[in-house]
Amino acid sequence: MSKLHIETTINREPAEFLCEPHETVLSALRNGLGLTGTKEGCATGDCGACSILLDGRLVPACLVLAPEAQGRTITTIEGLSRGDALHPLQQKFLEHAALQCGICTPGFIVAAKALLDATPEPSEEETRYWLAGNLCRCTGYDKIVRAVLDAASEMKGSAA
Amino acid sequence: MTAPRDFKYVGTRPIRHDGVDKVTGRASYGADAAWPGMLHGFVLRSPHAHARIVSIDTGAAEAVPGVHAVITGKDLPETTATIALGEAAIDLRDIGDNVLAKTKTLYHGHAVAAVAATTIDIAREAAAAIEVVYDVLEPVTGIDRALGAGAPILHPALVTKGAAGPDAGGPTNIASRMELKRGDVDAGFAEADLVVEREFRTPMVHQGYIEPHACIARCGEDGRAVVWCTTQGPFVVRDACAAIVGLDPANVKVVPSEIGGGFGGKIVVYLEPLALALARKARRPVKIVMGRDDVFRATGPTSGSKVRVKLGAKRDGTIVAASASLWYEAGAYAGSPVGAGAMCMLAAYKVPNFFIEAYDVVVNKPKVAAYRAPGSPIAAFAVESVVDEIARELKIDPIELRLMNANAEGDRAPYGPKYGPIGLAQILEAARAHPHWRAPLGANQGRGFAVGFWFNAGMNSSATVTLNSDGSAAVVTGNPDIGGTRAAQAMMAAEELGIPVERVRSNVGDTDGSGFTDVTGGSRVCYATGMAVIRAAEDAREQLRARAATIWNVSKDAVGWENGRAIPPAGTEKASPMTVAELTAKMTQTGGPIVGRASLYAPMAGPAFGAHICDLEVDPETGRSRIVRYTAFQDVGKAVHPSYVEGQMQGGVAQGIGWALNEEYIYSADGVMENAGFLDYRMPVASDLPMIETVIVEVANPLHPYGVRGVGEVPIVPPLAAVANAMRDATGIRFTELPLSPPRVLEAIEAAAAVPVEA
Ligand code: FES
Ligand code: FES
Repeated sequence: MSKLHIETTINREPAEFLCEPHETVLSALRNGLGLTGTKEGCATGDCGACSILLDGRLVPACLVLAPEAQGRTITTIEGLSRGDALHPLQQKFLEHAALQCGICTPGFIVAAKALLDATPEPSEEETRYWLAGNLCRCTGYDKIVRAVLDAASEMKGSAA
Repeated sequence: MTAPRDFKYVGTRPIRHDGVDKVTGRASYGADAAWPGMLHGFVLRSPHAHARIVSIDTGAAEAVPGVHAVITGKDLPETTATIALGEAAIDLRDIGDNVLAKTKTLYHGHAVAAVAATTIDIAREAAAAIEVVYDVLEPVTGIDRALGAGAPILHPALVTKGAAGPDAGGPTNIASRMELKRGDVDAGFAEADLVVEREFRTPMVHQGYIEPHACIARCGEDGRAVVWCTTQGPFVVRDACAAIVGLDPANVKVVPSEIGGGFGGKIVVYLEPLALALARKARRPVKIVMGRDDVFRATGPTSGSKVRVKLGAKRDGTIVAASASLWYEAGAYAGSPVGAGAMCMLAAYKVPNFFIEAYDVVVNKPKVAAYRAPGSPIAAFAVESVVDEIARELKIDPIELRLMNANAEGDRAPYGPKYGPIGLAQILEAARAHPHWRAPLGANQGRGFAVGFWFNAGMNSSATVTLNSDGSAAVVTGNPDIGGTRAAQAMMAAEELGIPVERVRSNVGDTDGSGFTDVTGGSRVCYATGMAVIRAAEDAREQLRARAATIWNVSKDAVGWENGRAIPPAGTEKASPMTVAELTAKMTQTGGPIVGRASLYAPMAGPAFGAHICDLEVDPETGRSRIVRYTAFQDVGKAVHPSYVEGQMQGGVAQGIGWALNEEYIYSADGVMENAGFLDYRMPVASDLPMIETVIVEVANPLHPYGVRGVGEVPIVPPLAAVANAMRDATGIRFTELPLSPPRVLEAIEAAAAVPVEA
């Protein structure tokens, strides 16, 4: 059994890693690269804790094989803040107390970023349906949805 | 008495201290750590719900290259130790057997062996090579089978504890029976103008924390061990691991990771003793992470139940008698929360005559663990449904009916003590006055109302408050922060010291670095550990006053304290008030470092009530329902950080709605769990829920300096009944079995359409 050598771009930097052919991107990120901000809640694509952007598209990292990352671009929660500045979503999650235990938070923030990238002004309903692939057991989603809507309006304000 | 006090920080909403780590992915949870030289553990689990282990051959597994250790039940000593947990005790013999089966497997997913190897793939492959010979037995799949004639017996030596019931004596699956009574029930029912009796059933449900169990352990040649794990109770893990693995607790240090949810399910141990025993055998650190399927099969759930309730009321709405029988599934070992259910079920009401009997029943399903107000939601589902029926029959407003019968300060709780100040009437009045209660309903919509109760725990807590020379402070307690308690603790320390809340660092210590502290659970952290933080901060403040006295050369008693400053006695020459930072800058010269400390046993917290209004819309074509509006009212005593109080209420409501509408353990006739994944065990997602409105009511708890009661558990109690009552309102059908899943609702709607029901 020999490992595969994969070259990719992670959070705007070139990255390479070795992986088993059957290993997932989630495992490569967490175990190979030490990027443990992306969480595993189920490994079956049902909880969204492992949400990442692959070439800008929202995917559960537990359902993508690591070799498929060859030559592609990955964004994880670790890549959202720039220098000292939190991403507006991160800031709004803090202000709205949109996390309790926080295990779902990286996945929600990455998923919400994908939402706002595609739909800068989502309605509450659009937000709820977009985030329906992410499970949170602590918050009842109320404050998460508010944080995302608030981040959207703030980002729109600063873009204008 | 708690005098009304003007707070500077308590009641505000600062950003939590661990927040940035948690929104950037830096916070380290159970599965996020890796230690040098670490091996990976895998647990082999029983495919049978009930079987005798005839033999286990680990030879082939041990021969797989890369395997460093294999253990079975024989590697763990049998222990008779117990761990005190508040008033209760955890029996470690059962926990040890649950962690790794010794002679029988008692549920599908029961651990039978564990392997440590250089990679997880090798560990898994080796586990598959272990040969276990089972003598498969008929499983006990539920309460009816457990109690039925000729039922298979899980534990031949089991004797029913407690008040002997009709089934006492002989082999049994009833682990305990208790009774609660008051007055003369027969006379009470004879007085009643209306008697309503119903039988209710609920399935097992899981806490559903998103973070699976995970740990790493190492054990040196000297027997000293370190366990890193996701837990609500590091001290429980320490003592349980030591007893189950056979180590001296003094040699075991438990370091809690950040915790990704628990709701009661991360108090006991599952993986930690296995990792530790493997690490001891392999002399290498061992990490084990549970898969979601095993989380469902082998951890956590709360009881499935059968509850029969009968209430008698006078025409004017006065409830005069109650009787109830409760049977809760304990899972494979004794210990369902049926006793708590029995004690909670009538907590809201003045009932002069009642008789309640409660049975703890073992079945071939996972051993139940605590789940948010353990036992109370199931009991409330039954009682609050029947109270709703009474209100309907007597044509009395459901809130009015509850107000008429509501317990108040000085009334005796059904479980014994007299209530101190409680906020039941206040939340009922707040609900009655709320616009939601009078808002019009649309087509196919119904409104339900229910109340719920939880005791809230006190127990042991310790805290230290260390002052730094720049006037900042560090708080250390032993409670993992599961939902914002670092922030609350920092706020309390800031309040007492009069320093900005951002100048307080709030830390979770390990079992060597913090004083003994009971679990993060029982809604106790903000109350009991918060009280320890307040006392520790007061201790630090008193030391600051003493330092000021030294500087001013006056007696300590003469030094005042106001707004974070020591105030010199009038007439002291050249002395002006000194801030905390000014005093701590001189610590070295005035006597050295300042560490405030406190440890205490908080006997009991303030009992608390919640009241919920639920609007639900049902699609009569499909049976699918949707919650369209929800408002939760709760007496929290005092909200330290209101955002996290609201969050607890919203989260509890969401879990309760899931329990009411969709969640259930589904078992085959052989006792195999058939929906051990999030796809088929359907928890609420964002698109299932509306915003959840919260109304915080504050009736100060005299036992806490700020009036805190605790908040986390009450909110899961009312939703089961609130949803079912709303469904009754929308459909005219009284559902007595959960969940109210579309097929069940549709079937009932169709049956009702076929046979016209009376109003
Ligand atoms: S871990 Fe990937 S969706 Fe749950
Ligand atoms: S905050 Fe705990 S799961 Fe979302």
